[in-house]
Amino acid sequence: MAKQLIKHGQLVDDRWQALALADGATDGDAAALPIPAGQVIIPAPVWLAQRDALCSRADAGDIAVSLAPTFRVEDIAQDVQRFAMIAVEFPKFIDGRGYSTARLLRERYAYRGELRAVGNIGRDQLFYLKRVGFDAFLIPPGQDAAAALQSLNDFPEVYQGAVDQPLPLFRRRTA
Amino acid sequence: MYHYDATDKAIVQARVRQFRGQTERFLAGQLSEDDFRPLRLQNGLYIQRHAPMLRIAIPYGLLSSTQLRTLADITGRYDRGTGHFTTRQNLQLNWIELPKVPDILEQLASVEMHAIQTSGNCIRNITTDQFAGIAEDEIADPRPWAEVLRQWSTFHPEFAYLPRKFKVAISGSLDDRAAIRVHDMGLQLVKNDAGEIGFTVYAGGGLGRTPLIGQKMIDFLPWQHLLTYSEALVRVYNRYGRRDNPYKARIKILVKAIGSEEFARQVEEEWLHIKDGPNTLTAEEVARVANQFAPPAYAAYPASTSTLASIAAQHNDKAFSRWLERNVHAHKVPGYAAVTLSLKTPGAAPGDATVAQMEAAAALADEFSFGELRVTHEQNLVLADVPHKDLHAVWQRAKASGLASANIGLLADMIVCPGGDFCSLANAKSLPIAAAIHERFADLDYLFDIGDLELNISGCMNSCGHHHLGAIGILGVDKHGEEWYQITLGGAQGNAARIGEVIGRSFAAAEIPDVIERMIETYLAQRHADESFKDTVARIGLPPFREAAYRKNEPTGEPVHG
Ligand code: SF4
Repeated sequence: MAKQLIKHGQLVDDRWQALALADGATDGDAAALPIPAGQVIIPAPVWLAQRDALCSRADAGDIAVSLAPTFRVEDIAQDVQRFAMIAVEFPKFIDGRGYSTARLLRERYAYRGELRAVGNIGRDQLFYLKRVGFDAFLIPPGQDAAAALQSLNDFPEVYQGAVDQPLPLFRRRTA
Repeated sequence: MYHYDATDKAIVQARVRQFRGQTERFLAGQLSEDDFRPLRLQNGLYIQRHAPMLRIAIPYGLLSSTQLRTLADITGRYDRGTGHFTTRQNLQLNWIELPKVPDILEQLASVEMHAIQTSGNCIRNITTDQFAGIAEDEIADPRPWAEVLRQWSTFHPEFAYLPRKFKVAISGSLDDRAAIRVHDMGLQLVKNDAGEIGFTVYAGGGLGRTPLIGQKMIDFLPWQHLLTYSEALVRVYNRYGRRDNPYKARIKILVKAIGSEEFARQVEEEWLHIKDGPNTLTAEEVARVANQFAPPAYAAYPASTSTLASIAAQHNDKAFSRWLERNVHAHKVPGYAAVTLSLKTPGAAPGDATVAQMEAAAALADEFSFGELRVTHEQNLVLADVPHKDLHAVWQRAKASGLASANIGLLADMIVCPGGDFCSLANAKSLPIAAAIHERFADLDYLFDIGDLELNISGCMNSCGHHHLGAIGILGVDKHGEEWYQITLGGAQGNAARIGEVIGRSFAAAEIPDVIERMIETYLAQRHADESFKDTVARIGLPPFREAAYRKNEPTGEPVHG
């Protein structure tokens, strides 16, 4: 199978297994979701519900969380350093909440681990996603991930400071 | 005006390449319509009733003659010879072929222009006062700040997929000519007691289905924090604005739902985290940009030599005097005036300019106004720096090109959206209504007698024609598949911005000229000396006008303007 994960500018294999909660799942459902062995991505509410039981697995690098657009990143702020990876979900690419989530994770909560954009994203979003702090992109099956990789170089320069380049152009312009 | 450096050029050219690739993928069937739509919208490209429409950005309405000539060339080459200037100071071309758009963008880039973010759910073209830099009541020139914001918002990575569009307007004068209170974010330049520059920030204004006046967020935002505060404000909106219903997705709905104080508190809280960060503006950057808006090399005319009245007396020509009265505006430099070239000539759609008119306006700018023009949100063009001694020549030349209708601020100076003739969102046509009103009120004596009157027409609730802000507003509505028109009265723009009130059931298109005329006659009968239509409505209220509007088939006696 073609590699669909771009990480640090390379196409790589994805070793993570993603778990999901059904739409309308309750806190009880989150608490009851069985977590298989190995490296798993769990929805953030599952982490909150099973936190005590999962801490040691997280510290061993086996737990990543996924954040839905409606999930407030503030609610896991104190745990972010435990995660080997954080996946931000884009169910629809026109829903841009995840861009703010990414900046907050990087700039406010100093998260340095893998930050992965997943869902309905593609080459036309990658440049902006990279700028707000994503360093991994799971390109949906059927899309040409190698071509998407090229789009990370769409623009030679940027105006505003963000995560990839904290200094705005006006602090870098030469005479 | 601002000139691109090598980096600005490289960024815009990269966008042309990117969009060329996206268009090719779409045409090759590799990009679905759904995936392409937001991408083309962020380059100003709509699919309209007849053909794609391209909206070209004219940042804060400022144009060089070279840029206007390029727009004329593009209009002649790729459209059918007429461009439409919009209330957001942009230019729309209604007959564009999709495969040609990358070439058009490339030609625009060659004169430091683009169509970036003129549509889509992102931060749009920033608008300001057409008299920026020359107005006597100016606190500070808004254009450098508009340019600083343009750069900040261009390809802002966090805010390309907002819940809905986000419009910013900025005013630098006491008298707000940029309608800042009906924008998602409105900025008023102010000076504090120490003489330092800052902004009063408003948010949550807007027209559309739920017209609301913007609420004050902060009284005095020191200029250094313009970008970080804006970033905090848009971030709160991006995170918490509604996304379930496009009609409830503008920031105004969020501000109203949680209350402006709570919204301002959330913005402040967000801002405190990023305040003084790298995006804090520097004095060097502001100076670099402001230098490019330095005044042109004005000739030193003695303050006393001429006034508009003396120029009128000297020529003793009624038509010229009228033009001086309506289309010529005060300038802070002695011996200079600003001239409005009217795009409201009866017989043409309001805001429309032909290729020949664009070229004529560019030539006038070169000869008489330092090679620059402005687009107004009332959909006219302005030559901002015309010497008094040249006014008569400018008038004659403008007249020859159909740009000298002496109707600025009068009923004939209507703001009108393209409506059902072009726009696929329309409920009703707006251009034939404007044409019928122009025809009914063709007599200039009568128009002068009526005096200042803002009449605005929108073809649907999206309110591109700002009908809520017209002293008389006309809105196209759909009733069982038929086109009807609702009338609002008492709206106002500027510092006393006010949303007009609906007077009652809507009218058929054929009734509109009579209805408007009966309301105007009511005003003429009731007005006090020197009282404008708007002020009479404010004083005597809606009922007499409502009564006149719905009075049917009654002889109205001798027409007042007979
Ligand atoms: S107001 Fe409606 S009809 Fe008019 S241009 Fe806007 S969307 Fe189209």
